[in-house]
Amino acid sequence: MADDVALAPPSPARALWADFAVNRGAVLGLAVLCTILIIAAFADVIALHDPMIQFREHVLQPPVWAAGGSWEFPLGTDDVGRDLMARIVHGARFSLFIGFSVVVVSLAVGVCLGLASAFMGGLVDTLISRVMDLIMSVPSLVLAIVVIAIIGPSLANTIVAVTVVYMPRYVRIVRATAQAELAKDYVTASRACGVGPFRLAFVTVLPNCLAPLIVQAALGISDAILEAAALGFLGLGAQPPTPEWGAMLSSAREFIQRAPHVVTLPGLAILITVVSINLMGDGLRDALDPKLKRS
Amino acid sequence: MLAFVLRRIALTVPTLFALSFLTFVAIRLVPGDPIEVRRGERGISPERLEFFRHELGLDQPVWKQFLDYIWGLMHGDFGVSIISQDSVLREFLTLFPATLELSLFAMLFAVVFGVPFGVLAAVKRGSVFDHGLMGVALFGYSMPVFWWGLLLVLFFSVTLDLTPVSGRIDLLYYFEPVTGFMTVDSLLSGQEGAFSSALSHLVLPAIVLGTIPLAAIARMTRSSMLEVLEEDYVRTARAKGLSPFRVIGLHALRNALIPVVTTIGLQGGTMLAGAVLTETIFAWPGVGKWLIESIFRRDYPALQGGVLLISTLLVLVNMTVDILNAVINPRIRHGR
Repeated sequence: MADDVALAPPSPARALWADFAVNRGAVLGLAVLCTILIIAAFADVIALHDPMIQFREHVLQPPVWAAGGSWEFPLGTDDVGRDLMARIVHGARFSLFIGFSVVVVSLAVGVCLGLASAFMGGLVDTLISRVMDLIMSVPSLVLAIVVIAIIGPSLANTIVAVTVVYMPRYVRIVRATAQAELAKDYVTASRACGVGPFRLAFVTVLPNCLAPLIVQAALGISDAILEAAALGFLGLGAQPPTPEWGAMLSSAREFIQRAPHVVTLPGLAILITVVSINLMGDGLRDALDPKLKRS
Repeated sequence: MLAFVLRRIALTVPTLFALSFLTFVAIRLVPGDPIEVRRGERGISPERLEFFRHELGLDQPVWKQFLDYIWGLMHGDFGVSIISQDSVLREFLTLFPATLELSLFAMLFAVVFGVPFGVLAAVKRGSVFDHGLMGVALFGYSMPVFWWGLLLVLFFSVTLDLTPVSGRIDLLYYFEPVTGFMTVDSLLSGQEGAFSSALSHLVLPAIVLGTIPLAAIARMTRSSMLEVLEEDYVRTARAKGLSPFRVIGLHALRNALIPVVTTIGLQGGTMLAGAVLTETIFAWPGVGKWLIESIFRRDYPALQGGVLLISTLLVLVNMTVDILNAVINPRIRHGR
């Protein structure tokens, strides 16, 4: 039986890829995201200049395709003569780093709180659920602003603030799916076999809650990137001269008439990154969660 | 029905209580001594320090301070702004109509375009129009609001010189606010050109704020419409020989709109968050811009009161959406 390869079911990863690859948009999104990841990883090699060095004789130089541009600064320079391409390429590091760390931290905390909520029930469940409801009752950006007011604006604190804002989603998903799983026979069987609570929670139940969690995590990266860029734009996130895309837009605003490229290009970088992640996330959702499929 | 409404209203009470607790704690976590921040004095005499501590109630035990805070909230006392020395509630209420007007026009824009686009995409499922529209919606959904605002300013204000860049109306016009809605007040004032000036100031911010809700509504309308079009009653309506227009517009759309109404309500929160960014870009004198400014001025009582008021509004909006849903859809009422 087992040696009949043709009849064996495909491995889960292969099945997932087959479902995912049907969606051309999702594959495109994944490809673009991988490209951005590579750009971020090799930012030092790709950038022609240091993102912090100011070329004072080349202030607000337009990009190479516009009149007055040159290949020395392919995407032009900003208001103090820094190479815009170098800054955008390095900015990819910050944005992706923020996006991924927010998701990793809120996933870790969300899984623990959600499982605790579902398994312990009673007072613990009520307490955790109420606190999450409370966090979600404040508009996301407003809550992030309050957190920043308390801990002060910086890149690291941006991650903290955005994590606080987005964590409740993961807690809710884990709690709801774990509760549904707990009613199933295999959990009762494991309990009867004497499986301990930790093993039951993390090894037996958690893997069956992963599908919606992965989808939410993928889409959560783009939300985190947007939120962090918004904070940077308001001057409450990464601080200048950090080449973070939101902060770059914020300091470029006043030059919108003289040199539109300092505004359009960093924003375009944000948009492309977020669109590619959302495309990939939509594809993941269709592949992992057929119930949620948007016909 | 009444029982459902009462239960839903009762549910908001603990949330509101917890929100006030959260803001109470948050303001105490903010770094900096409240007296130093408020009075701008360093090294003041112990007597004056004691006087201020007493005046602000900081010499009371914390639980007493919290009860006083709650007592104040229940009497409409949301604190006093350090900068203007004016009541936070009054400042909020003066600025709120501007935010409300902007949000209403943004939502109008989102619904007027989002629902028909969603319906068309569902009816023409799989067509170039459908794919194109959903592609555009994806971009709308992923748009960094602040950048989108700057792009529109660049195109319509800087390049084409069609719309003004900031504010609510030209300085040429002045009239006493009646409703707080510039579009209405300008009409009431009867001054020539005032209305069109107010409207031209409103167009770009409303589009910027309405873009994400527009994309969300179009996507939701499409998927909900696709589901409804499969239903038996739609087939029956078609079999009866009703015109496609009647089938889609009347039989299908009415039922497809239920989840759309929820989406519209949920976008209320997104709107309030988006208003912070939109108002900052367009120098729109509303509560979002005020909130950001109060951070930079270290006006923490204003921040505390403003956050509490905005969150309370959001809680009430969500409650209303739930109740409206129960009115439209009896299944929700009797479920649970």
